[in-house]
Amino acid sequence: MSDQTLTIPRFRSPSPVAWIIAVGFLAFFLQGLWAADMSLDRLQQGAVNLGRFLGQAMPPDFSNWYGIADAMWETLNIAIVGVTFGCLFSIPLAILAASNTSPNRVVRSIARLVIAVSRTIPDLIWALIFVVAVGLGPLAGILAIIMDTIGFAARFYSERFEEVQKGPSEALTSTGAGRLSVIMGAILPESFASMTATSLFSVEKAIRSAVTLGLVGAGGIGVELSTAMRLFRYDDAAAIILVVLVAVIGFEQLSSSIRKRVI
Amino acid sequence: MTPPDPVLDVRDLHVSYGDLRILRGVTFAVGRGEGVVLLGANGSGKSTLMRAINGLAPASSGRVALDGAQIIGARRPALRMARRRMGYVFQQFNLVPQLSAFQNVLFGVMGQRPLGILNCLNAVARAEDREHALSCLERVGLADRAGHRPTELSGGQQQRVAIARMLMQRPSMVVADEPIASLDPKAGREVLDLLWRIVDDEGLSMLCSLHQLDLAREYADRVIGLKAGKVQVNAATGSIDPAGLDGLYDGATRPEDATETKIAAV
Repeated sequence: MSDQTLTIPRFRSPSPVAWIIAVGFLAFFLQGLWAADMSLDRLQQGAVNLGRFLGQAMPPDFSNWYGIADAMWETLNIAIVGVTFGCLFSIPLAILAASNTSPNRVVRSIARLVIAVSRTIPDLIWALIFVVAVGLGPLAGILAIIMDTIGFAARFYSERFEEVQKGPSEALTSTGAGRLSVIMGAILPESFASMTATSLFSVEKAIRSAVTLGLVGAGGIGVELSTAMRLFRYDDAAAIILVVLVAVIGFEQLSSSIRKRVI
Repeated sequence: MTPPDPVLDVRDLHVSYGDLRILRGVTFAVGRGEGVVLLGANGSGKSTLMRAINGLAPASSGRVALDGAQIIGARRPALRMARRRMGYVFQQFNLVPQLSAFQNVLFGVMGQRPLGILNCLNAVARAEDREHALSCLERVGLADRAGHRPTELSGGQQQRVAIARMLMQRPSMVVADEPIASLDPKAGREVLDLLWRIVDDEGLSMLCSLHQLDLAREYADRVIGLKAGKVQVNAATGSIDPAGLDGLYDGATRPEDATETKIAAV
């Protein structure tokens, strides 16, 4: 018995497929390092440049505080309006995409495709598309946030719908209630806490996105940041970055406390 | 044994899940105002039978009629119409945990109102529905807990709310699937007393599955015994042979059913 125990190998040799994946990953990683032209000299020079940037950025210049506040307000507008519409559109899409609420397989596949497309295309690409479609400004930002939110929220809503207990839905079905009434009476209330948490995460994500969307002309404080950086007004840029930091952290704290109350 | 005026008529009902045959030609009827207890070991097919009667489990073949309305194979509107007259009490209560007891009871009429839920939310429900919901909670002794969520109630209280939801439907037939299996003996006895009293007072018919032979003898007008998906016993409580009931629990387990099915298939 003890002899048999001693012959048990400590490691099992990986399968050929595992070897191929490991070697492939290593090769891709090394090629990536080489392509980035990473060297100690460049990193040292980068650190020096960063120090110079910080030196020019400090102290932050808040003399244009009204312009910064106005742009931040527009960013929050873009985020909140975009997320509100995004979450509202996500609910019916999620109902059509979840296996326990979708009317049939074809509708489910189409709804899942729409959600996958919304999620797969990054928010910056959506912003570029909508800038072309509706022109520069906050409307393009709002539309981009709507698409980005649908990709995120509809997926999580539908996964939550699929996880709810079957019992309450069956109880309402047994009374003769219709499918939509069962969804609204049992599945949505059971998913409410999770949907609230997902929606709050969407707002946090949208505020961060709305900042970067301005870089491609979709309105908000990103436009101000982009202009300051291009004109080498790093002290202005530092003030903008600090305002964004405070706004994002502030909303994260608020959203965290709401989540704790709801869940 | 067929009652003269059946409310529920089940004929040659078969239910299978893949190769596993759960119900194999079940036939019985429940008369108007009659209380029937369904007995059987775990895996004998009691819950599947209850679910198939409401159309919650798909039947392979057979007939189920409630007041003459067919349930098996019925189109969705006809099935919903039949379900409105069938109150269902579940083992696990199946209340919506995020909503108040009152709202859960109001949901009992969801299938009977145009636009369903949009006419039975507390904020917009008809005044007579709200009054009826409160009276149903009073009948089960929980009017003072109307605003409580199910998670704030004991198991026995939750089952009472589920009974109130069933009452809200004003059904002609009650199907109760092991309604006291999740309760302690004292709470179970109280809930069963209440359920049976309400069914008697309202003159309803009831099919109730239980595990306790003594309770079946005490409450039921008639006992139906299920073994391996078939009716083995169907007799008035007074004339029942105790040995026959005991036989329901001899070696009737699901694995043996499966083996039996495979042999039959060969």
